[in-house]
Amino acid sequence: MASVAKVAGRVVRAGLVVVFAFPIVFMLVSSFKPDAQIFADMTSLRAYLPTGHVSLDNYRGVFERVPAARMLLNSIGISLITVVLGILINSMAAFALSRVRWRGRQVVLTALIATLIVPFETFALPLVWWVNKLPWFELHGFSLALTTGWLDTYQVQILPFVANAFSIYLFYQYFSTIPKDLDEAARMDGAGWFGIYRRVVMPLSGPAVATVAILTFLPAWNSYLWPLMVVQTEDLRPVMVGISYFFQLNVSWGQIMAYASMITVPVLALFLAFQRAFIASIASAGVKG
Amino acid sequence: MAMVSPAVLLLLVFFAVPVGLAFGLAFTNARLISPRPAHFVGADNFITLFGDSQFWKSLRNTAYFAVVVVPVQAGLALVLALLVNAKVRGRNFFRTVYFLPVVTSMVVISLLWEFIYQPDGPLNKLISTITFDHWHGTDWLGNPSTAMPAIIVMSIWQAVGFHMIVWLAGLQTIPAELYEAAALDGASGWRLFRTITWPTLAATRTFILITITIAALSLFTQINVMTQGGPLDSTTTVVYMAVRTGYEQQSTGYAAAVSLVFFVLVLTVSGIQRFLTRERD
Repeated sequence: MASVAKVAGRVVRAGLVVVFAFPIVFMLVSSFKPDAQIFADMTSLRAYLPTGHVSLDNYRGVFERVPAARMLLNSIGISLITVVLGILINSMAAFALSRVRWRGRQVVLTALIATLIVPFETFALPLVWWVNKLPWFELHGFSLALTTGWLDTYQVQILPFVANAFSIYLFYQYFSTIPKDLDEAARMDGAGWFGIYRRVVMPLSGPAVATVAILTFLPAWNSYLWPLMVVQTEDLRPVMVGISYFFQLNVSWGQIMAYASMITVPVLALFLAFQRAFIASIASAGVKG
Repeated sequence: MAMVSPAVLLLLVFFAVPVGLAFGLAFTNARLISPRPAHFVGADNFITLFGDSQFWKSLRNTAYFAVVVVPVQAGLALVLALLVNAKVRGRNFFRTVYFLPVVTSMVVISLLWEFIYQPDGPLNKLISTITFDHWHGTDWLGNPSTAMPAIIVMSIWQAVGFHMIVWLAGLQTIPAELYEAAALDGASGWRLFRTITWPTLAATRTFILITITIAALSLFTQINVMTQGGPLDSTTTVVYMAVRTGYEQQSTGYAAAVSLVFFVLVLTVSGIQRFLTRERD
């Protein structure tokens, strides 16, 4: 009886590998094949193997059709800046909230927790209207010009996502596990609050930094709804909006698979390289409840 | 405190103000780009909204999606977690593979499944083969009665790995001694699960229930990429409608009203869930 259950478990687990991995393998493999072959191979195992006429033609086709390299750079830049600023600003806020005693600290903390229940979709549309009214500076040579409206810019894709209550919360939780005696020792050596933050607390917070980096990077890289609404110019588009417009051009499936692979493989590679950190950060997102 | 101010400032500008605006703009005729200033129109937007048959359709579709996805996804995720929690060889490999769709963008996955679902695509070829050509499947996304189920299946496939990890984190907090003690009392299999695993996971359960519900009610990306609300409005959702009116038709005031209804929906449903699960926590 027990062995029947064991065999069944093994079969189910293996079957699920097929269910979850094959569509992604199919995407990667098809990106190297011409359309006629994608459809011919579709019903056999060859769909998951790089067989037949394998080439980089689809990739070449994508770059000829749209500024895909530009969009990749946009997404890389936007994601990296959001991650770096996010780590900096949210960890500083968490430090002030967990280490320093000041009036109104408890109010800010409670307000932050309360914001966690509001989904982005609730205020995304008012936010579009609002960012269209915000001022920005433009540098013309040596003179500074004031402009209005953030639609169709890079900053509109970055700044709204830098400060994040959940990231602050994660840092806050982590900082409370670092002994306060260390602060005292640093203070004896003449360090101020910022010195304690930079030399004592942050160097000990590697795991929290990794978690926040991952949880900021994924939504930034995958963001779709927001840039769809606030970016019109092709040259400012991130990859997810780029590929959805590319799909509407009625290009070949091979080219769509090539574009999809290009924007998926870097994330999958990061995930496979830092699996433990990824899964731990997802799990930590789970225990907040 | 200077160190907290950048974060607070950004949250005020990009969170507090727009949330406040959602309430304010819903009672105006504001347009995204308009030479004339918006003015107060009272409850007009809500009166139009509640008289709009498309709104009721989108509410029904959103509810349909959530009612199926929440229990099925939570349940399957628990089954996956139990499958890879056992001391089996290569469980890390299985976890990693089941998790792959989670780190893949929903846009990419929607395009991939659009290929799978197309009338002469792999799914229908497979159906033809296993039914010996008795049935050739259907145009899954083009048929009003199958479009939403097709999107539901895909959505669960994409996100179930995420909640598997959350269940696993919960499972790993259960001390092994509990199981050992119960096993000494002669309990096994299903009884162990029912008397130890299930009750201990109460907090995890509530969290999973609420996060899947909020994600399900926010359904947008798959719809926008795959069906644009069609066919015959069978896949329009509340968020999709808000984006259509607010962004494509530029009626910010009306879209703010739709967003507010969405907010009330999310708060009510998660409030009810919290209330129903409170005593077990």
